Amino acid sequence: MDPASRDAWLVAELSWWMFASAIFIYIVTIGLLGVGAGIFRGRNRLSFRAGTTLVVLGGVLAPIIAIVAIGVSGVAIGDETEGPDDGSAKLTVEVVGRQWWWELRYLDAAGEVVAVTANELHLPVGERARLELLSDNVIHSFWAPNLQGKTDAIPGRRNLLFAEPEVEGVWRGQCAEFCGNQHTLMGFMVIAEPREKFGRWLERQASDARATQGPGLDIFLKLGCGDCHTIRGTSAAGQKGPDLTHLASRRTLAGATLKNSRGNLGGWITDTHEVKPGALMPSFTPEPQDLHDLLDYLEALK
Amino acid sequence: MTARDGTAEARDHALGPSSYDHQAAVGQASFERIEKTWRSPSGFFGWFTQVNHSAIGLRFIVTAFVFFILSGLLALAMRLQLAIPLNQMLSHETYNQVMTVHGTAMMFLFAIPAMEGFAIYIAPLMVGARDMAFPRLNAFGYYVYLIGGSAFFLSLAFGMAPDAGWFNYVPLANKTFSEGYGVDIWTTMITFIELSALTAAVELIVTIMKLRAPGMSLDRMPIFVWAVLVMSFMILFAMPSVMVASAFLMMDRLVDTQFFIVENGGSPLLWQHLFWFFGHPEVYIILVPALGIVTSIVVTFSGRPLFGYTALVLAITGIGMVSFGLWVHHMYTTGLPFMGRSFFMAASSMIAIPSGVQVYCWIATLWGGKVRFATPMLWVLAFFGVFIAGGLTGVMVASVPFDRQVHDSYFVVAHFHYVLMGGAVFPLMGAVYYWFPKATGRMLSEHLGTWSCLTVFVGFNITFFPMHILGLQGMPRRIYTYLDGMGWGDLNLLATAGAFLLAFGFALTLFNVIHSVRHGAAAPDNAWGGSTLEWATASPPLNCNFIQQPVVESRRPMWDWREADTRTVVAGLREDRRETMVTTLLDARPQSVMVLPGPTPWPFVSAVAASAGFIGLIFSPWFFPIGFFAVFATMVLWFWPRHPWRKE
Repeated sequence: MDPASRDAWLVAELSWWMFASAIFIYIVTIGLLGVGAGIFRGRNRLSFRAGTTLVVLGGVLAPIIAIVAIGVSGVAIGDETEGPDDGSAKLTVEVVGRQWWWELRYLDAAGEVVAVTANELHLPVGERARLELLSDNVIHSFWAPNLQGKTDAIPGRRNLLFAEPEVEGVWRGQCAEFCGNQHTLMGFMVIAEPREKFGRWLERQASDARATQGPGLDIFLKLGCGDCHTIRGTSAAGQKGPDLTHLASRRTLAGATLKNSRGNLGGWITDTHEVKPGALMPSFTPEPQDLHDLLDYLEALK
Repeated sequence: MTARDGTAEARDHALGPSSYDHQAAVGQASFERIEKTWRSPSGFFGWFTQVNHSAIGLRFIVTAFVFFILSGLLALAMRLQLAIPLNQMLSHETYNQVMTVHGTAMMFLFAIPAMEGFAIYIAPLMVGARDMAFPRLNAFGYYVYLIGGSAFFLSLAFGMAPDAGWFNYVPLANKTFSEGYGVDIWTTMITFIELSALTAAVELIVTIMKLRAPGMSLDRMPIFVWAVLVMSFMILFAMPSVMVASAFLMMDRLVDTQFFIVENGGSPLLWQHLFWFFGHPEVYIILVPALGIVTSIVVTFSGRPLFGYTALVLAITGIGMVSFGLWVHHMYTTGLPFMGRSFFMAASSMIAIPSGVQVYCWIATLWGGKVRFATPMLWVLAFFGVFIAGGLTGVMVASVPFDRQVHDSYFVVAHFHYVLMGGAVFPLMGAVYYWFPKATGRMLSEHLGTWSCLTVFVGFNITFFPMHILGLQGMPRRIYTYLDGMGWGDLNLLATAGAFLLAFGFALTLFNVIHSVRHGAAAPDNAWGGSTLEWATASPPLNCNFIQQPVVESRRPMWDWREADTRTVVAGLREDRRETMVTTLLDARPQSVMVLPGPTPWPFVSAVAASAGFIGLIFSPWFFPIGFFAVFATMVLWFWPRHPWRKE
């Protein structure tokens, strides 16, 4: 637990209080059992009055105190971490759970999609972002522990989650609801950066691809990659897989499974199911020179 | 009579066995006639016709523990796979199947049937009945469970086991995302197996309400019987929910209904509500009888009456009721309105009150007692150590904001293994050690039992305690591997090592049981100096349970009889047919005599017909009418009017 937002910090604080109280209650209860059956072994039975006092104090009063504490803190903290949904969050991102990766769609004030990326959620430090969780397949759950508790992405519903990083940083998040074959490797990165840097990043993500021609792109299209992947500015406009327009700007590949490097990218294309068995992308085995060109091209998609 | 609460008297109860001569009570000739009337047929074909509750109960227990061992082996396979990062021992497909079968089998094939087994075996003895109210239905329930459970497990051997998790969430479990027969096997077999839970519940309720020995008014019923009664009512209300849910899903997959298909207005959340409306009471269905077991053992080994009988009864009943009002705490992350979740937060943490009352009643009972630390009591102490910890983390996960962090993480895995193993398996092991002498007439080795309990306790904590920390470090559930560099390797390796120690501990008990069945020391009737009626019959129990049904005058008839040095019994039941007393609901005043049916193969034939229908349904909807008419035909033969007794 390494909180990077007030929401996560509040929950961490709550946890420590609860752990401390739980350990206290555990020691007292087991202690009473030990004292009763051990130290007082063979002495007289508790009088009815003493026994009743014990049961009422330990079995009724202590739990009631705990329930009130849990209830009050739970409602107070829950209220704060899950809201407010009053339109004060300026940035809205649609987070779409796919099998088995995350699509992130940045919306402008009018609710139009301005940029689409995958498995890498950038957020400006100190601003409350509104995440809308969607799914068009099975149920996923978006969990970035350093920022916020998890919330499910359920088909047919639009669930909300608010995230407000307070410090710069890069953290890992992960799908938390069992979603089939590669639930295990359905990770993502969260990057909190200063407003200005974030603005530049978003601007770039919103633009078309930097490289819109070359032998690599021809290979890309010839292999059929464009049936599933989009590279804005080219004829590749598939919707099944992640948008690759700015692939090279990302830190990781394959749902935060691999570091984004030339070697890993090549390995991912030619040996997809070695990395992520059950992934929906088929492997491709282009000629060495073609692969070389393809990687050159993909690496140019900054 | 002296005051029952004095310590001097407590010591007396702790003394050795009573020696009651069952034959002399009615005379040799009568004894043999009665035993002949109640005898179960032997031999291979005889086996399929037995209906006595002691035979069926024992089968439930043994079968449940076989499934426990098999599911435990699956757990070991999972722990091996997770021992190191990026391990390749199990493929993701195999892992998901193993994970699903482990969870499903532990819940549906082990925990519930084991509890039912003990209830079926012990409860009729405890209330002083000669058998259960519907012996043939009982047998039918067992065959359904045996066939359904075996078919479910066999699917794993054929590699077509379900792999969508024991909770089987839609849309993942829909046809679009789960092709093949796996999920079909889950839906049909779960619906089918739950039939046996329902039949057991119905007849446990009737047996406890109507067949109690004269004098055993409701407020003299042993706590274990109360717990079984509460469990049975919970089964009646909870099981239909999961049966409806899985029937809906079965139809979605089989005949294209649209209950859970979003595109056509179906709802994935409907499944979750139906499933958890069953799923949460389910864990209390498992816990409640275990609380009864713990109470029985605490009373016997402290050698004196329970402190706070009424409080305990209220607590158990309270748990049963409240458990139906907190299912949404499994759904805190689904985006339901916060206000609604707050209600369930309050309801969930409320369980702490009845649980607290129970724990402190037990402490008050044990306080100052000369507690005998024999093996059953050791398991109960282990239960205290583990279950209280699990209960405390349970109160924590009731908190919405906390749960949203730890939900579906290893913290929750740790939590529910603490409550389920602590709250059910440890008491069940205690029950095995406690009632083994009654069921077999032989004692288990105390020495091996002590070592087994110690190893299991240590192994359990090494396995599951690190999972709390892993969960807080962000390790999600239901993953077949994890990346190097997440920092989860060491604790996972520790947990795997613990799992093997845990398995070794259980193996000691397994060996103990196998060895002692043949070579254990002979057990007296009242092996532990217990106060309840199961100790009044011979060990193992007579065919008729009680050669003369007892008459009860307090909550602890065995201790009364010892003091008075005589037994109060019913006389005058016929010897040539299976007769047992029927008494009034509240006061247990004698009302009439019930004649119970004898051995018959029809329940088995009916169960086979029903199985053919259900298993066939996995492959074709046509098996529904086929199964329906086959069961109808066998039931007609089963219920064909005939005298339940031999003609005079």
